Amino acid sequence: MKRRGLFLAAALVILPVVDGNAYHLDVLTTAWLYALLALGLNLIVGFVGLLNLGYAAFFAIGAYTYALANLHAGVPFWLGLPLAAVVAGAAGVLLGLPAIRARGDYLAIVTLGFGEIVRLVVTNLERWTGGPNGLMGIANPTLGRYDFGVASAPYYWLTLALVGLVIWVSQRLRRSRIGRAWAAIREDELAAQCMGIDTLRLKLLAHGCGAAVAGLAGCVFAAKQGAITPDSFDFVVSVTVLAMVILGGLGNPLGAVVGAVVLTVAPELLREFAAYRMLLFGATLLVIMRVRPQGLLGTYGAPAR
Amino acid sequence: MSWQQVLLQQLVNGLTIGAVYALIALGYTMVYGILQLINFAHGEVFMLGAYVGVAALALLGPSVSGLPAGLAMAAAAMAGCAALGWGIERLAYRPLRRSPKLTALITAIGVSFLLQNAVMLGFGARDRRVPNPLPAVRWAIGGVAVTGMQVVIIVTAALMLVLLHRFIRRTRLGQAMLATAQDPVAARLLGIPVDTVIAWTFVIGSALAGLGGVLFGLYYSTINFHDGYLTGLKAFTAAVLGGIGNLPGAALGGVLLGLLEGLSAGYLSSQWKNAVAFLVLVLLLMFRPRGLMGEQVADRA
Repeated sequence: MKRRGLFLAAALVILPVVDGNAYHLDVLTTAWLYALLALGLNLIVGFVGLLNLGYAAFFAIGAYTYALANLHAGVPFWLGLPLAAVVAGAAGVLLGLPAIRARGDYLAIVTLGFGEIVRLVVTNLERWTGGPNGLMGIANPTLGRYDFGVASAPYYWLTLALVGLVIWVSQRLRRSRIGRAWAAIREDELAAQCMGIDTLRLKLLAHGCGAAVAGLAGCVFAAKQGAITPDSFDFVVSVTVLAMVILGGLGNPLGAVVGAVVLTVAPELLREFAAYRMLLFGATLLVIMRVRPQGLLGTYGAPAR
Repeated sequence: MSWQQVLLQQLVNGLTIGAVYALIALGYTMVYGILQLINFAHGEVFMLGAYVGVAALALLGPSVSGLPAGLAMAAAAMAGCAALGWGIERLAYRPLRRSPKLTALITAIGVSFLLQNAVMLGFGARDRRVPNPLPAVRWAIGGVAVTGMQVVIIVTAALMLVLLHRFIRRTRLGQAMLATAQDPVAARLLGIPVDTVIAWTFVIGSALAGLGGVLFGLYYSTINFHDGYLTGLKAFTAAVLGGIGNLPGAALGGVLLGLLEGLSAGYLSSQWKNAVAFLVLVLLLMFRPRGLMGEQVADRA
């Protein structure tokens, strides 16, 4: 299993050398971006069991953080990346605060409302965010003298590396003291509290970590596109990412990646039926929930030991 | 206009849209009360109601007009959406009765995407004009403009709420709904056909949403395939605002949300009205997570 995994990872790394098709690489880069989001959301929904319906807000915060920092202060990409993660993570902790009172579906609705508020603020604060037209002229990443520009392969490797990093961190986290405490909260919050787990702090931590990952993804997205508009961060994005997490198997980091790849690549394969794409997307969700509700790779992955 | 007139005008406008939210919120709250499911497809059912109404009017042709035509639109939308709601429950949700809650939620989102895109493919992505067969009446009461349509919407919504309340209090089915919402297992033990009760809950909620859709379409004279999303979301907000699972609460939440929107559209800007609605929702849930009238709902988490 482990050897097969390493083999697959190696194959993915050398793919741009073998297959220079820019379209293939772009689709996979989009898949890796979504995989980042799915991995981040998996920390919140999968590990701790806190349903979040406004996750695209953190993606937006990351993207706009880098865009504004770059346009107004000339902040380079490699500095923007941690900055976006920190700002989005702080927003995640802020949003986690209502979790003190609201639980279950109520928390889900708070997050949904938060997601809508962020999108509406970004759309309406025209002076700063350019309103519905968004921001343009955001700098691409550079590496020494090399500018990523509009090439495909560098973004592919960048996003793939980030996905690998976040999978690694996720797996480490899951087996750590924190991860086991998260699992305890997910299974029975009251019991976890009685066992002396500081549930509030750990929930805020999960929100912060999950949001920070979305911030990373947002920064890469803004740098890759060079232009962002509020449309890229609407409710459909939150829902799609959630569907990816659940499709792959809740709480299973590898599952989140598989879910992201399936739900990004499948619509591309169906491009001939462009008009029916979203229809089929909806139907796919229905069928998968009916046939395999635990997700493709199964829930929670291997036991946390 | 004096400031009193401006205020009253915004309140009238807000009350009208609030009445529509209330109609939709009833369906959300009934389903949530029984299944603890956020029925994301409900907003789509509402949107389809307007389309069914338009189709019914086109079928009738120009020979029928005025009140009969309006009633036919409403009846067609209610019947069509009731059937749709029944079908959704039967095909999408019932097979998942024993699955985790998230499974049903994702299914609901899937149904919502499916319906939205089916309507887009069937009726086109552009705004569709909703012809209004009712005579356009307009009164000026103390400098405040009130249209006939506004009166129709508010009166219809109030009437439906009273009818629903009586139905639940006075009929066997209504009592069975209450029992199922309280404890499905005990209800089944007492011989209540829980699955039938759930199916009826969807039928009634969807019919009300369909009616809301027709009223919405007639009020704004246009309908679009993605109108269901935001309006549905706000109606759900209204249901939560009033305390989910609570029928009068849903109506109160709808009206309050409508008024709030009217006021923020009038005094801030119409761009910000949606943000204000959601901000209130977030604040309310932070400080009063059970909603305004939600104390009756037990925590089943």
